[in-house]
Amino acid sequence: MKLRHPIATARGIGSAQGGVEHWWAQRWNSVVLIVLTPWFLWFVLASLGADQATVRALLAQPWHAVLMLVFVGMLFWHSMLGLQVVIEDYVHTAWLEWTLHMVNRFVCLLATLAAVVAIGRIAFAA
Amino acid sequence: MASPDRPLSPHLQIYRWQWTMALSILNRATGVALVAGAFGMVWWLLALAGDSAAYDDFAACLGSPLGIVATVGFMACLAFHFFNGIRHLLWDTGWGLDIPTAFRTAMIVIVLSVLSFAALAWLVFGGAA
Repeated sequence: MKLRHPIATARGIGSAQGGVEHWWAQRWNSVVLIVLTPWFLWFVLASLGADQATVRALLAQPWHAVLMLVFVGMLFWHSMLGLQVVIEDYVHTAWLEWTLHMVNRFVCLLATLAAVVAIGRIAFAA
Repeated sequence: MASPDRPLSPHLQIYRWQWTMALSILNRATGVALVAGAFGMVWWLLALAGDSAAYDDFAACLGSPLGIVATVGFMACLAFHFFNGIRHLLWDTGWGLDIPTAFRTAMIVIVLSVLSFAALAWLVFGGAA
């Protein structure tokens, strides 16, 4: 027979207390992405069929470089938060869940930094 | 870490399929698919910053049958996730949570997604031909 009150076993293993920040970040990320996605689509359509030098010259323009940096940052932040929820919802094996959380964060950070270096190289080499 | 012996709430196989539920699942599925598209975008940026061989490799992959299928898929996912995301943001303000409105906005999202996907596909493939 268990004499411990159920609340005693529940305490300390519940929410990580980070829900509100996660929720808010996901909302304002998505608002920025709604604004920037039409620009991104325009940029891709403008690059279609163009040669490498032309696309580089377009991306090297300060405003396009800045918008691409913001777009990439917001996109991977939004991705990381979204994948985090998917992992939390479907993966219930503790070691696998935490491994996936770490992989998710690392890969999203890696992709962001790779994109930032690529954009920087194009913008500063122009 | 739910213990396996805990009773579970009824899941997908219990409920009758509804439009609102299908769109909710699609929102998550397209979101996950778009992450793959985001990595494709990073590949594009890296190829763009690299030498001409890197860019030619990327262009060859994008133009291959598999590349075209992936591009079309990402365009469809983006169109849907974009409009359904706006629907989610409207819900977050407290608007449109009643069932008739949620159903109506679901239909609006489907129509807008199909139209914008068609427009995008025409701009990408029709304009070049």
